[in-house]
Amino acid sequence: MRDGEPLIRWDWIGDHIGELADYTGVHLRLGLLPVLFGLIISIPLGMLCHRWRWVYPPTLTAANVLYSIPSLALFMIFVRYTGLTERTVMIPLTLYTLSVLIPNVVDGLASVPEPVRQAATAMGFSTVRRVVQVELPIAVPVVVAGVRVAAVSSISLVAVGQLIGQGGLGYYITRGLQLDFPTPIITATVLIMLLALVTDALLVLAQRLLTPWARGKGATA
Amino acid sequence: MNDFLNQLELVGDWLTSSQQWRGDDGIPHRLAEHLTYSGISLVFATLIGLTFGLLVGHTGRGAFAVASVANLARAIPTFGLVVLVVTLAGLSTTPVLVALVALAVPPILINTFEGVRGVDPDTRDAARGMGMTGWEVLLKVEVPMALPLILLGLRVAAIQVVATATVAAYPGLGGLGRFIVDGLARNNYELVIGGSAVVVMLALVVQAVFTALRRVVVSPGLRPSATKS
Repeated sequence: MRDGEPLIRWDWIGDHIGELADYTGVHLRLGLLPVLFGLIISIPLGMLCHRWRWVYPPTLTAANVLYSIPSLALFMIFVRYTGLTERTVMIPLTLYTLSVLIPNVVDGLASVPEPVRQAATAMGFSTVRRVVQVELPIAVPVVVAGVRVAAVSSISLVAVGQLIGQGGLGYYITRGLQLDFPTPIITATVLIMLLALVTDALLVLAQRLLTPWARGKGATA
Repeated sequence: MNDFLNQLELVGDWLTSSQQWRGDDGIPHRLAEHLTYSGISLVFATLIGLTFGLLVGHTGRGAFAVASVANLARAIPTFGLVVLVVTLAGLSTTPVLVALVALAVPPILINTFEGVRGVDPDTRDAARGMGMTGWEVLLKVEVPMALPLILLGLRVAAIQVVATATVAAYPGLGGLGRFIVDGLARNNYELVIGGSAVVVMLALVVQAVFTALRRVVVSPGLRPSATKS
């Protein structure tokens, strides 16, 4: 940082408000769509793992291995196949969410009390109907706990995508480093944190509304 | 697919060429840097996470604070934090350590807290009834019973730290991320993949170490419930 310069130049923020809002929108899309895709993959996969227990350990190991590849590297691997596009950020982030989402879907399904399952069957529910109408709703609090972790980490990882030019607010982080100017870095970092925290709070709210019967027993991840 | 196999071969050549195993740019030196960053930050994060997790879990006070702090820490973008501290405080290892500690504390803290909290109250009462002091209850009952969860938290933290320490290379601080960033700058694909291959192997080693550790330190009486990972 250059000497004698204030830590934050508010006039810079004022000048860039519109641009910041645009990048915030992009950032949110890049961070949250992968969680949605992750859910679309994890729910059937989690149901499969719950039904056939032996599928679970290899699936989980595979998800964990994916998770241990640094985001920097995973982006680069995908550049080769999808070019410098948003997909190159979203596919790796989707893969990352799996290691949190799959175990939570499985645990959520496992948290359904056996008598409830039997009651549903006894009332003449087919297996499909029982899973959709009874087991999945009961699993919601545990699944949402996983979604919260996935969403928060996904939003903060989007910034790394800046290294391939697709990082949403991460743009201001590299920009600030190049210019040796802290204001954009602070602004972007704080905005990313706020996005993550607001998303987290909204998910808590959504879970309360979705599962009024589970109030007060929301699982923490 | 052929393309992919060719790449694997290139990476294999890169990993085995003797040039990569010498000097300041070699794999051993970068690996040592990487392990130093990861190790130091894990030690600090463990001290912080375990202390507060045990304290809050045992006394039951401050549960809300722990959850909020952990959540807040989880929302910090590591990339932004590293770059920010570098810009403010200059190039040194401190930024990396600060960011990695912030990354590693939440899983350790939450799992320690949940583990201690989750100990059956009847068991706790029984320990009390046998005349154990608060410290004895903590060290002889709560910690051993919470151990599977605590180890899980440590493992998640360790893997995240090992994978994320790569961002240290971006502002020029070395570590295994150096290969990835350099490869990116020079459009040298095998460097990128080779560097990440080393990181992935490191993460797998971490995973194996914790699996082994769990087998050794978790009391046999807790094994059935400890199978969940």
